[in-house]
Amino acid sequence: MAIKRDPSNLDASRRRLIQGAAALPVIGASGMAFGQPTASVNTTKLAITDTEVTVGQLHSSTGTMAISETGSIQAEQLAIDEINAMGGILGRKIKVIKEDGASDWPTFAEKSKKLLINDRCAAVFGCWTSASRKAVLPVFEKENGLLYYPTFYEGLEQSKNVFYTGQEATQQILYSLDWAQKEKKAKTFFLIGSDYIWPRTSMKIARKHIENFQKGKVVGEEYYPLGSTNFGSLMNKIKVQKPDCIFTAVVGGSNVAFYKALKAAGITGDKQLLVTLSVTEDEMTGVGGENFQGFYSSMKYFQTLDNENNKKFVAAFKAKYGKDAVIGDVTQAGYLGPWLWKAAVERAKSFDVDKVVAASPGIELKNAPEGYVKLDENHHLWSKSRIAIGMPDATFKVVSESPQLIKPDPFPKGYQ
Amino acid sequence: MTLSEMMNIGLMQGFAGLSLFAVLLLMGLGLAIIFGQMGVINMAHGEFMTIGAYTIYLSSVAVGKLAPNFMPYYFPFAILLGFAIAFAAGWFVEWALIRHLYKRPLDTLLATWGVSLAIQQAFRTFIGPKEVSPTLPDWLLGSWAPSPGLDIPINGLFVLGLTAVVTGAVLLALSKSRWGLRVRATVSNRVMANATGIDTKKTDRLTFAIGCGIAGIAGAAFTTIGSTGPTSGSLYIVDAFLVVTFGGAASLLGTVVSAFGIAQTQSISEFFMAGSMAKMLTLSLIVVILMMRPQGLFASKVRR
Repeated sequence: MAIKRDPSNLDASRRRLIQGAAALPVIGASGMAFGQPTASVNTTKLAITDTEVTVGQLHSSTGTMAISETGSIQAEQLAIDEINAMGGILGRKIKVIKEDGASDWPTFAEKSKKLLINDRCAAVFGCWTSASRKAVLPVFEKENGLLYYPTFYEGLEQSKNVFYTGQEATQQILYSLDWAQKEKKAKTFFLIGSDYIWPRTSMKIARKHIENFQKGKVVGEEYYPLGSTNFGSLMNKIKVQKPDCIFTAVVGGSNVAFYKALKAAGITGDKQLLVTLSVTEDEMTGVGGENFQGFYSSMKYFQTLDNENNKKFVAAFKAKYGKDAVIGDVTQAGYLGPWLWKAAVERAKSFDVDKVVAASPGIELKNAPEGYVKLDENHHLWSKSRIAIGMPDATFKVVSESPQLIKPDPFPKGYQ
Repeated sequence: MTLSEMMNIGLMQGFAGLSLFAVLLLMGLGLAIIFGQMGVINMAHGEFMTIGAYTIYLSSVAVGKLAPNFMPYYFPFAILLGFAIAFAAGWFVEWALIRHLYKRPLDTLLATWGVSLAIQQAFRTFIGPKEVSPTLPDWLLGSWAPSPGLDIPINGLFVLGLTAVVTGAVLLALSKSRWGLRVRATVSNRVMANATGIDTKKTDRLTFAIGCGIAGIAGAAFTTIGSTGPTSGSLYIVDAFLVVTFGGAASLLGTVVSAFGIAQTQSISEFFMAGSMAKMLTLSLIVVILMMRPQGLFASKVRR
């Protein structure tokens, strides 16, 4: 609707006004805050006025995924609030339209159409599961939208219209496997995952790495249906194989049952090395510190990271969402989305999707809670990988960190 | 691998099957009473289980805040509380909804499904969308190791014991108590039972509430195994119906046998093949057997 209220003659008069203002050195500074004329930063009829830019937020606030996506919704909102408090982007405050994907992939596709076609959102922050991303991808590509996607995921995707602020599979997996091999002398691995695309793709990469590059051995590879809570037989299989390292990607409600079953079977952190790709602080509240104690999680971000950016971020998050709020890896990645977009828009000096995309590679964020990140040409982030051990009080202590930022490699050679 | 190690694995695997049996039986028991005895397709059965689970969670939070010293002992009391709350909820649902629909079984399906959605949303709104687990007393955690290399899960033992007690009590009550007599009379011939002076409406309400209460106990017990979220109930409901239907709807003994059969098939096949494959094999077997015996394992001998 905002487009219709933006006739070009009005823009032209506004432009003259601004040119006039810029000509006066005294008020030149305030002219900067006023921003550039809308017509020059928005040539594709996005929902942008002189004071406001509209973005969309597309997550599940209801349904089974609400558990996970709530953190992302909160973190993105926090980043947007902070950007607005700083004066917005190119002098325009960010207005958010929130849509609920309701944990249902067709709904995601439909809502993304609404956000892009009806609302003309300049950018959308959203999606969590790969399934929801795959559902909206054709819409974003057809309508030339812009999506910032926060979850660590299986890779094998790269779209002009999507920026991936979480880790892709190789960043997370290869570092943790190498760590297990070098630091813990692990030679035999038992791979366990929930039965859907992300764990299966991740474990495929893990198996190739173990067998072809580490010359180790995979002694078991098991997938259990999503939501399964029955792991009794699996525990015995693990005991038969006696792997040096259990490597897991079990998600959702199964996660809790899995760690409870390990504890109940006497497979505990002091006796068995276990590295997981799917336990963040969010999952820990359900799993419980006593069940995960001594096991390791591989992520790029942990709430306990000791740096100034993160202290500020954690404090701001808790001030807004309560002192009991926890921040997991994906929540932090969600927080990066609006900041990356802001940096790209300011570099492009335009909200046009094509220009923002063109300006994005090489963008650096020095204020990221995880430290410092850089956006690669392939739309993924250079980031550090970290391994942390679970503590009895359900927090994580980082025990290992990659010395350098790891280059994202969504299409790894030799792992297909 | 030595012989004693193989012995140990065998024992633990046997126990894994037993503990899955206990879980399935506990899930199916409440439903067997409601669906089997009353013919009500209760789609909200899973949510009544979740009520029990949340009762445990909220009790653990309350005890942790108000009386931390009571922590090691709260669990049995919380289970009783879970029964009581689910019982009351069942009583209310029967009074408000089910009793109007006894002659329309397909409508009860729809209505109870609506109830299940409403309860799920209530959990989400009032307790929160995140999955939670209660803080369990220490004696429920870990494993019992009678000899080195042999670990028997304590939560499994606990669920097994609880299932034995609940199943025994239900079977005893059905065959010996006045309530059981009335239920059996009502099931076999409602009009005749009414004529002999049995208040069938009251019997229905009590039966439904007891079924829901047992669901509450089941949910409470499962907090020792998995987590609790607003939609946890939908995970249980399929297995619960599977057990009851496979066993033969009107037979409690059938439920016991069917839970045992399904649990052992699944647990043993899981040991030799992948988890998802094992589930598929189990389900295919059930489908084949149900094709041959549509009434389930134990057909009702009652003339309808």
